[in-house]
Amino acid sequence: MSDRQLANSQLGSLEYDPAPESAAIAKLKPSYGLFIDGKFSEAEGGAQFATVNPANEEQLSMVAQADAVDVDRAVSSARRAYDKVWSKTTGAQRSKYLFRIARLIQERSRELAVVETLDNGKPIRESRDVDIPLAAAHFFYYAGWADKLDHAGFGVNPKPLGVAGQIIPWNFPLLMAAWKLAPALAAGNTCVLKPAETTPLSALVLAEIVEQAELPPGVVNIITGDGSTGAALVDHNDVDKIAFTGSTEVGRMIQQRTAASHKHLTLELGGKGANIVFDDAPIDEMIEGIIDGIFFNQGHVCCAGSRLLVQESVADEVLRRLVRRVEQLRVGDPLDKNTDVGAINSAAQLLRIRELTDFGVSEGATRYTSSCELPQKGYWFAPTVFADVSQSHRIAREEIFGPVLSVLTFRTPEEAVAKANNTNYGLACGVWSEKGSRTLWVAERLRAGVIWANTYNRFDPTSPFGGMRESGFGREGGRHGLEAYLNV
Amino acid sequence: MPNIESEAQLKALIASLSGVDAVGAEARAAKLSTRSIKKSTKLAAIDMAISMVDLTTLEGADTPGRVTSLCTKAMRPDPRDLTVPSVAAVCVYPDLVAHARSVLGASPVAVASVATAFPSGRASLAVKLMDVREAVSAGADEVDMVIDRGAFLSGRIGQVFDEVVAVKEACGDAHLKVILETGELVTYDNVRRASWIAMLGGADFIKTSTGKVTVNATLPVALVMLEAVRDFAETAGRTVGVKVAGGIRTTKDAIRYLVVVNETVGSTWLTPDLFRFGASSLLNDLLMQRLKQQRGAYVRADEFSMD
Amino acid sequence: MSDRLDVRKTYKLLINGAFPRSESGRSYEVTAAKGEFLANVAQGSRKDIRDAVTAARSAQAKWWNATAYNRGQVIYRLAEMAESRRDELAEHVALSEGVNARTSQKTVSASIDRMVWYAGWTDKIAQVLGGTNPVAGPFFNFSIPVPSGVVGVICVQESSLVGFVDAVLAPICVGNTVVALASETRPTPAVLLGEMTSSSDFPSGVLNIVTGITSELAPVLAAHEDVDGLDVSGLAPEVADEMAALAAGSIKRVYRPHQKELESSLRRLRAFVETSTVWHTIGQ
Repeated sequence: MSDRQLANSQLGSLEYDPAPESAAIAKLKPSYGLFIDGKFSEAEGGAQFATVNPANEEQLSMVAQADAVDVDRAVSSARRAYDKVWSKTTGAQRSKYLFRIARLIQERSRELAVVETLDNGKPIRESRDVDIPLAAAHFFYYAGWADKLDHAGFGVNPKPLGVAGQIIPWNFPLLMAAWKLAPALAAGNTCVLKPAETTPLSALVLAEIVEQAELPPGVVNIITGDGSTGAALVDHNDVDKIAFTGSTEVGRMIQQRTAASHKHLTLELGGKGANIVFDDAPIDEMIEGIIDGIFFNQGHVCCAGSRLLVQESVADEVLRRLVRRVEQLRVGDPLDKNTDVGAINSAAQLLRIRELTDFGVSEGATRYTSSCELPQKGYWFAPTVFADVSQSHRIAREEIFGPVLSVLTFRTPEEAVAKANNTNYGLACGVWSEKGSRTLWVAERLRAGVIWANTYNRFDPTSPFGGMRESGFGREGGRHGLEAYLNV
Repeated sequence: MPNIESEAQLKALIASLSGVDAVGAEARAAKLSTRSIKKSTKLAAIDMAISMVDLTTLEGADTPGRVTSLCTKAMRPDPRDLTVPSVAAVCVYPDLVAHARSVLGASPVAVASVATAFPSGRASLAVKLMDVREAVSAGADEVDMVIDRGAFLSGRIGQVFDEVVAVKEACGDAHLKVILETGELVTYDNVRRASWIAMLGGADFIKTSTGKVTVNATLPVALVMLEAVRDFAETAGRTVGVKVAGGIRTTKDAIRYLVVVNETVGSTWLTPDLFRFGASSLLNDLLMQRLKQQRGAYVRADEFSMD
Repeated sequence: MSDRLDVRKTYKLLINGAFPRSESGRSYEVTAAKGEFLANVAQGSRKDIRDAVTAARSAQAKWWNATAYNRGQVIYRLAEMAESRRDELAEHVALSEGVNARTSQKTVSASIDRMVWYAGWTDKIAQVLGGTNPVAGPFFNFSIPVPSGVVGVICVQESSLVGFVDAVLAPICVGNTVVALASETRPTPAVLLGEMTSSSDFPSGVLNIVTGITSELAPVLAAHEDVDGLDVSGLAPEVADEMAALAAGSIKRVYRPHQKELESSLRRLRAFVETSTVWHTIGQ
């Protein structure tokens, strides 16, 4: 075979060999206890449950099921730590503890990324490049507020609330833990954190990090369990503050249960984000932005751009390019560094996505689904785009929380705004246009806590994040993020 | 796609092109460069890259001796391993084309010549066309021209277009690569517009740079040019190639470009007929990496001839 | 058994990330507070000042262009370096200021906590000093604090470490680059800290330190037209007045500390920022 022929036989295709990250880097233990009062211990009742890898349904580890007694233990520990130690710790000292945690996250970043991917199902590229670095950055940012609270705009010497009970979701397990713990600790509170049932592991590694940072015992407590653990925490009388991120449904229940109590509350709930595309959008970057907006993290994002509102004059062209781009998405083994879209987090979530998608078809929308091959085991859903969706369709109104995009059209900026706002949610929106004045005009009329212009799903610890209306109240990130944890 | 019959028509078409968001374009290029290319894919990519190299020497100090060395290496990059593909072409100044042709003989390696007052492009059209004709009659298979950046940046895009058309005609059967000099165009919007002007004017390839300025080929610039090529193929029904030149020294870089090609325009473009690397030191790094993959250990540079 | 001979250190300038001697070749004797010989320290010249300003200027755009997060990481790393070499710093503070070991260790701790304080400001100062302005019209209007540019700092003479840290890190954390004249009589802690910037990922030219005779060098810095701001803390009031007058030649921003400046005051941070306000129309 001549030189040229050999090369030619390989030419015309570039199929990527598997490039798997090693699962062993996670150093998973066969079981984990509850992290209370600075050490790991079994649940009082000894109950445990399994956490599995959604990409192949294999068991990763056993974790403790905290019951009401354990919740009480954790809250008491947090209370003791607050009264005796943490409320007497200066801002400068708290700052240095938080800097330690940030550094330790950076040092153990590869391990944390693999743990996160195994437990959640998200691609390793995302854990490695987005989740873990942002989590470290969040601790760095709030570390720097702890010693300068006088300047945060809440008056001189603002006081913390006391003991914070924090319940986080499964979509960004470590990042959500960082979003909760960092500002709470910076402001001087102690914490009891309950990670989601299906993704406890990265929080447990964070507990080890808290230990390594030599935080005084009880300042941070991490208790694993199912919904009942969360309920016990919400109901506990000695908790001063509840912070919850999760579905609007559960958020509603929590608000009801705490309404008659003294507890401060912040909620970060669901959304049905509208990505608004004008005819003068930068076309290639816009397509990437739509894709990012709904297929990033398998669509398990409260602020996902799950509705595309495209100007009617360019709708056909945009849809054509979108469908072409969707076909290119690499769906598969989350541990493969070249995977774009990973596994759905649980069987329950997969069922919900399927139900709503079937409804979309029966409602009369036109379905395009990627022809990608899905693995046999595990929970998988192929990226899907629905065209010809109407404002009244269920798939235009209900949060699917999966890789499913609904495409609607509009004619004028005013109509775009009206359609975007025509929802009980109010978390995030995107606006795509090269005309600055119109982007700003639209932005100030959108009822959303976060508006991305010519980009989507960008997060930064300095930038406040949170919703309006039934997407919740309170902000995380920025100077504003301190408010949730101060008595001001 | 209508024929371009006036500058006004050209301006309207160019003005209708979408803008490029720099942040988004750079983010996309950065994400693509995180692709992990290993094992057999890497080996295939290395061989692919070797076969796409335009082995280049464009120095005032070039001599026939230098060109002989270059052409020998181009035909047989590694004399001890005949499975290494030959490169796509050698690239020289017009007055060395005849010599390159005589050394290369009947080998499949093409002779590419720069022309049109390369690299500045600052000369009269008559002089630039003469430059092209001499290169072609000396035996050049391919001509790499430069666009008039002064005309482009002062808005005389009709002139830029006309020059491409005229040079294409002067090329005869030779393939025309149009160098945009993206480092001087600066913005991605300009790169998109210049790409379209060149393609509408008849370019067979659009090329990033002369390699003679501070900023040469970059991944985001290549991304924008590949998007233009993709859209042009859909609208005008003609496939135009892309050549990235200047500053690409490592295998890692080269593979990143191949990934961008693969995921922007698709594998159809992964052939020397539609994608090239204008480079000199890149070839040895490709050879080193190829050998390393085979031997399993890092190798030293002296393993290969220096030119 | 013979005593081991130690290897003594030469104290040099810090200019553009390198440690040269003075181009004038001069040095001067620095004695400890109790009178004994401490070191021959480089005696900087006007040309050294010139070179330092050139370095600071060419580093400034890149320093400001880095993300605030990145600037914070760099300053925090300096704190890490200082913590790991605290004994060295404490020894020089003790000798320079004539205090005992316990006091000097407390001083070093205080200076490190100040470094941490400044590290945390880089990505927050804009949120405190900037904001949107509700103008009476369809405009999006926002103000951002941008650095003045190159700041010349004439360091306080007595507080050899804490005073130095405050004077140089305040302008640096908001995006300026600095040419500092270290204390004439107590320069060695500053020189040591300068060495530590080298292992802290400080880009070259962000912090430049010139040691020497204050009365000789201050006027050069004060009159240099490519310096945007001047901190005259290290000068006696009448001399400060003179330098301020010199600085007026190029309308420098001049900072004079209050009698008793609170630790948590933002005055030093505000001294070398410029407020840039942008208007953008809002309309379909």
